[in-house]
Amino acid sequence: MSANIFKQEFKMNLRSVIIWSVSIAALILVFISLFSSFAKDAELLNQAMARFPKELLAAFGMTDLDLSTILGYYSFAFLFTQICLAIQASNYGFSMVSIEEREWTADFLLTKPVGRTQILTSKFLAALSGLTITNLVVWISSFAFINLFKGDRTYDTGALILLLLSIIVFQLFFLTVGLVVSLLVKRIRSVTPYAMALGFGMYVLSAFGNMLGENTLENITPFKQFDPNYIIKQSAYNLPLVLITVVVILVSLTGSYLLYARRDIPAVV
Amino acid sequence: MSAIEVNNLTKYYGKARGIIDVSFQVDEKEIFGFIGPNGAGKSTTIRLLLSLIYPTSGSATIFGKDCIKYGPELRQEIGYLPSDVFYYEGMKVIDLLKYSASFYQKDCTERIHELSEVMELELHRRIEDLSYGNKKKVGIVQGLLHQPKLLFLDEPTAGLDPLMQRNFFQLIRKENKRGVTVFFSSHILGEVQRMCNRVAIIKEGRIIEIADIHTLQQNNYKKVRVEADGVEAAYFDLPGVTNLERSNGAVHFFYKGDINTIIHKIGELKVSDVTVEEPTLEEIFMHYYE
Repeated sequence: MSANIFKQEFKMNLRSVIIWSVSIAALILVFISLFSSFAKDAELLNQAMARFPKELLAAFGMTDLDLSTILGYYSFAFLFTQICLAIQASNYGFSMVSIEEREWTADFLLTKPVGRTQILTSKFLAALSGLTITNLVVWISSFAFINLFKGDRTYDTGALILLLLSIIVFQLFFLTVGLVVSLLVKRIRSVTPYAMALGFGMYVLSAFGNMLGENTLENITPFKQFDPNYIIKQSAYNLPLVLITVVVILVSLTGSYLLYARRDIPAVV
Repeated sequence: MSAIEVNNLTKYYGKARGIIDVSFQVDEKEIFGFIGPNGAGKSTTIRLLLSLIYPTSGSATIFGKDCIKYGPELRQEIGYLPSDVFYYEGMKVIDLLKYSASFYQKDCTERIHELSEVMELELHRRIEDLSYGNKKKVGIVQGLLHQPKLLFLDEPTAGLDPLMQRNFFQLIRKENKRGVTVFFSSHILGEVQRMCNRVAIIKEGRIIEIADIHTLQQNNYKKVRVEADGVEAAYFDLPGVTNLERSNGAVHFFYKGDINTIIHKIGELKVSDVTVEEPTLEEIFMHYYE
């Protein structure tokens, strides 16, 4: 790793990290602050929800959701946090290398006396550090807001910690898949559509999987592998599925290093 | 030892041609010109030497070391000025130069200020606010600040005003006197002619000539202009004469062959003016491309 590249990359990313972190914290705050009004009529709500079409509930991961407990309610809110985290991590993955080629700064960096492996490692760690800041913000705001709005209810701290621990793996999935895809295509003209497609696409895949009750394709999406409802209810991960995520991360990362080492940097024509 | 040695270097981008079977060598401390029109493969060659791209076949060494295997180590001593200069936007000039300097093992602060003064570069402007010419200056300072032993210049003067071009050439000459090898790629032949000892001419991805600029000019066509009473163009219609024409009361032509033949021929006339010139690099170049 080169400290100077890391520093530079981290600095360039910092504004985006702050915006994402603040937005996600605000999202969590808004959701949890509504909990007490939900909880008051929880029985009514649960009854009403029982009357919704099963498919609709499944699409939002709300099957067997118990909105009367704070963690049950939080696991519903967490799905939206996950979507944000997925888009953020995909964004960083897709832009990590491609932004240099789009703005032609790759010529500057790659003619410096550093190897490509070193460059990629520095960039990767800088992006991961940014994501970790967002991750910490989610931890802090989750604990703070849950304690602030839970009233006199209690909750299972262990289950919550387990849920929050999943974030880093979840982020790594989108970061590395975004990175390897960006290296597989010739050029990415704009990162946002790719990041939205990967982040949202994975969510839709899991939503459809839930709706249709099929369990083949949906197993590749981290939204299924880290289904918040499942983790909170079981106080455990769905281990075989988590293993798939880990394998995808390792394969994507190894692939990225191999592809980047032999990549032809495009020039202005 | 040569500074650069290129052996049968070939690069295809998929099916598209980059360069084919390019071989040449650049001696240490020389200024080597690399000329050809846009798309001939100049930038491809430089990018291969900097391992920004990888060859389809063939190899190249810099200071005797393979340019891919020892790339990072070699680049400590290489300065590169790309034809188009783009930098991380939102950064100030000085921040970028400091970032650039942070990659090298020496302290470059003094050199940054020295170079910026010569190139009249304002250090505290944002790069995104700079004009093309000013960005180019950033590129020049950035390429030279670590006092490299080998310089790659890819169409370095585009965007610079004539005054700055002069400063730049003085800078390069000074570096060259210090022992820096310069690889100078350009399609502006006048500047290559002024700067370089030897040139390689590249056409459609292949090297078609490598020669000393002097020899290139001497062994080539002579440009002859004769002004004489009542002389007709047909008078000079000899073997070795081309582009024969008469205009403004004078006969112009190119001649290749024994110069005495022409001198005799001219001697038989009552001339009022004669010039025999070596062709400019531009004219030689056009000849190769016809």
